[in-house]
Amino acid sequence: MKTLCKILAITALPLLISCNQTRTETETVNGTESSTDAISAGGQENVKDDDSQKDVVKVAVGSPDHTTLVAALKQAELVTSLSNAGPFTVFAPTNEAFNKLPKGTVEGLMKDDKKEDLQNVLQYHVFMSALSPESLTDGQTLGMVNGDNVTVNVKDGVVKLNNSATVITSIRASNGIIYVIDGVLLPPPAK
Amino acid sequence: MKKILLTAISVTAFIMLSISGCKPKNAADSISGDAAERVYVAPGKYDELYNFVSGGFSGQVSVYGIPSSRLFRVIPVFSADPESGWGYNEETKPMLNTSHGEVPWDDQHHLDLSQTNGESDGRWLFANANNTPRVARIDLKTFRTSEIIEIPNSAGNHSSPFITENSEYVVAGTRFSVPMDDKNGDVPIDTYKKNFKGTISFISVAPTDGNMKIAFQLLLPGMNFDLSHSGKGPSSGWFFFSTYNSEQAHTLLEVNASKNDKDYILAVNWKKAEEYVKAGKGRKQTVKYAHNKYDDATHSATSEMENEVTVIDVKDFPDIVYMIPCPKSPHGCDVDPSGEYIVGSGKLAALIPVFSFSKIQKAIANKTFDGNYEGIPVLKYESALYGEVKKPGLGPLHTEFDGNGNAYTTFFISSEIVKWNVKDLKILDRHPTYYSPGHLMIPGGDTRKPYGKYLIAYNKITKDRFLPTGPELAQSAQLFDISGDKMKLLYDYPSIGEPHYAQAIPADKIVKNSVKIFKLEANKHPYVTMGEKKSKVVREGNKVHIYMTAMRSHFSPDNIEGIKLGDEVYFHVTNLEQDWDVPHGFAVKGALNAELLIMPGETSTLKWVPLKTGMYPIYCTDFCSALHQEMSGYVRVSPKGSNVPISFSLGKNSAAADSLLKK
Repeated sequence: MKTLCKILAITALPLLISCNQTRTETETVNGTESSTDAISAGGQENVKDDDSQKDVVKVAVGSPDHTTLVAALKQAELVTSLSNAGPFTVFAPTNEAFNKLPKGTVEGLMKDDKKEDLQNVLQYHVFMSALSPESLTDGQTLGMVNGDNVTVNVKDGVVKLNNSATVITSIRASNGIIYVIDGVLLPPPAK
Repeated sequence: MKKILLTAISVTAFIMLSISGCKPKNAADSISGDAAERVYVAPGKYDELYNFVSGGFSGQVSVYGIPSSRLFRVIPVFSADPESGWGYNEETKPMLNTSHGEVPWDDQHHLDLSQTNGESDGRWLFANANNTPRVARIDLKTFRTSEIIEIPNSAGNHSSPFITENSEYVVAGTRFSVPMDDKNGDVPIDTYKKNFKGTISFISVAPTDGNMKIAFQLLLPGMNFDLSHSGKGPSSGWFFFSTYNSEQAHTLLEVNASKNDKDYILAVNWKKAEEYVKAGKGRKQTVKYAHNKYDDATHSATSEMENEVTVIDVKDFPDIVYMIPCPKSPHGCDVDPSGEYIVGSGKLAALIPVFSFSKIQKAIANKTFDGNYEGIPVLKYESALYGEVKKPGLGPLHTEFDGNGNAYTTFFISSEIVKWNVKDLKILDRHPTYYSPGHLMIPGGDTRKPYGKYLIAYNKITKDRFLPTGPELAQSAQLFDISGDKMKLLYDYPSIGEPHYAQAIPADKIVKNSVKIFKLEANKHPYVTMGEKKSKVVREGNKVHIYMTAMRSHFSPDNIEGIKLGDEVYFHVTNLEQDWDVPHGFAVKGALNAELLIMPGETSTLKWVPLKTGMYPIYCTDFCSALHQEMSGYVRVSPKGSNVPISFSLGKNSAAADSLLKK
């Protein structure tokens, strides 16, 4: 019996509210519900568009050499951001580059409780503004999205980053430019 | 325990009662309970229909979604538009050219979608300019005005742009009769009866590209041609026009043009007229009218003056045109989906006459005439009449059809919509509108296959419907559900003034063709810059052409020197983006003209004549990217005769500029 009473009381409560000049609140609740649906459905990466040039994410997804990077971007929830207007410069390590890391590193970063670390590493590969190959100069410092710097080294036409990862090629995307690199850039340890 | 349960129940009951007590009164009583649900389109979901609404004195066309009534876009047509640069940038200025020069603001009243087999096909939308007579064709792949043709021998292009069942012709009937363009118009106004003539133009529409051409004009007695609609099915070779001022008044028309009991519906056998024109009949008349076309490949418009039109004087060809008496200054002239019934709405009449096409044909065959009007045979009213809707309301204006045998007519004076059955002419329902409706629109309601389901009333008077915004108010539109026996008011929303006629079409007929970007490799603009490395500044005398590119998030070049006072500077900005919904804008300080808004793959030109030496920032005006605020640059303006050479750069001085500096 008690339970039944409770149920009735609960049923009555929202009715009371709706009658009580708090219409705006009720509408806000409805609005939040619907926008939650929209958010869970994803962002600009889901836009159906076969006419535009591919963005940096779509280029990476289309590359058989970048399956680890793509999986990591998804795990780090960066796909929506990188499908945005940008413009981005993305240094994209190949699968081979990830394989060069000590055994277990990638697997470790892909764990749910290491999401922040993974985000830090991946954001260390993204620079805001689409840097053309001509604009990369020796000794140039790039302030990456994660807040740390990457140094550009140019010697005899070969571009390296932090004197370790070498740029293999560049690919123009709609919202920026991708530089394929043969090493993973590791952000400096937190101070 | 039982006691508690009872208390709970009684409390609930009390609450229920008090809920019904707090329901708002008055206007809301006429709104059905599920109205909110019926117009609600959830975030991220699409509307069922596109709704194109004429912009009246704004000169533009607005695009809404139905049922949400959300405004998606205003398409610039007959007025310059500071949002898109229409009429401001060098490419689109020719679109507003007329034989009178550039007209930056016109009055846009009626719309008609292109049709195939009597159904809206979603290819083009036609729009009329009322004041300086023109017809525009809007391409629904790009939602841009593709073509505008001026109408000679016309003034007040009101009876336009209604279309035939297979888009063979768009018509343009003159509201104001005037002396013809090749005659001396400098005559006393009171020689109206002698010197003033009316015309109806038939503009052919090329089946593949939609290009318009004035195929022929019918020369008619001086009077006012008001509205029109094409025949359908059995009547498809015919067109029907309402007329008023058979009194041929030229002053105080509100009294002097309302004297006769009946004016006329004009029935035009356009197939017959077409035959005569094909046989070489008709007079070639020298006239002057502008024909403007926008080319998607060059992203530029051209304006050409045409100088001839073929005129058929209906007096000489008595089997083209017949007049049907219609009570009291008819306004709307609407043909039902079967093509058999023609509804004339005498705006001062106490009834709605419905004419029968088969009876009209019989009357013509049997010559059941009641004399003639300036040489045009007048049919006996009864011989053409199917029946009358008695006492329908006050001030009938326009009628649309739902495809289930029902007609819906707006009544301006009694401020309502009346639903009636076309066959038995009985009134089935009436619903007030807020306030004083002009046109109404049912999706496909003027075609052979109405979509039905919704009805929108476009009201002339708003008063207290929305939060007040000073003396000037947006015209209110009202969305009705007409799927049941009774009309249900769903929603009330502001429009872009002033809506007259409108059209609507299921969204899928348009969505699939909608262009996302312009392909850069297909850009044939004479000043296109196909990549940043090709950007440059070229001086030709006092003209300076800047071949500029825009790409997230910079212009190339973004530093320009060597501009001098007295120069005419042309910024030809190519948006190199190939990404949907990434336009760039362009503005330069002190530009007396405007800004640019450039779609992906497009080139637009801003003419700039600097009047003072100094430093002029340029920047992107459309928020394009995270570094939009960085998308800027400088242009240096030196005095006349200065020896500062032309130079330009991005990031650093380019080789070309260095070499120029060394010279």
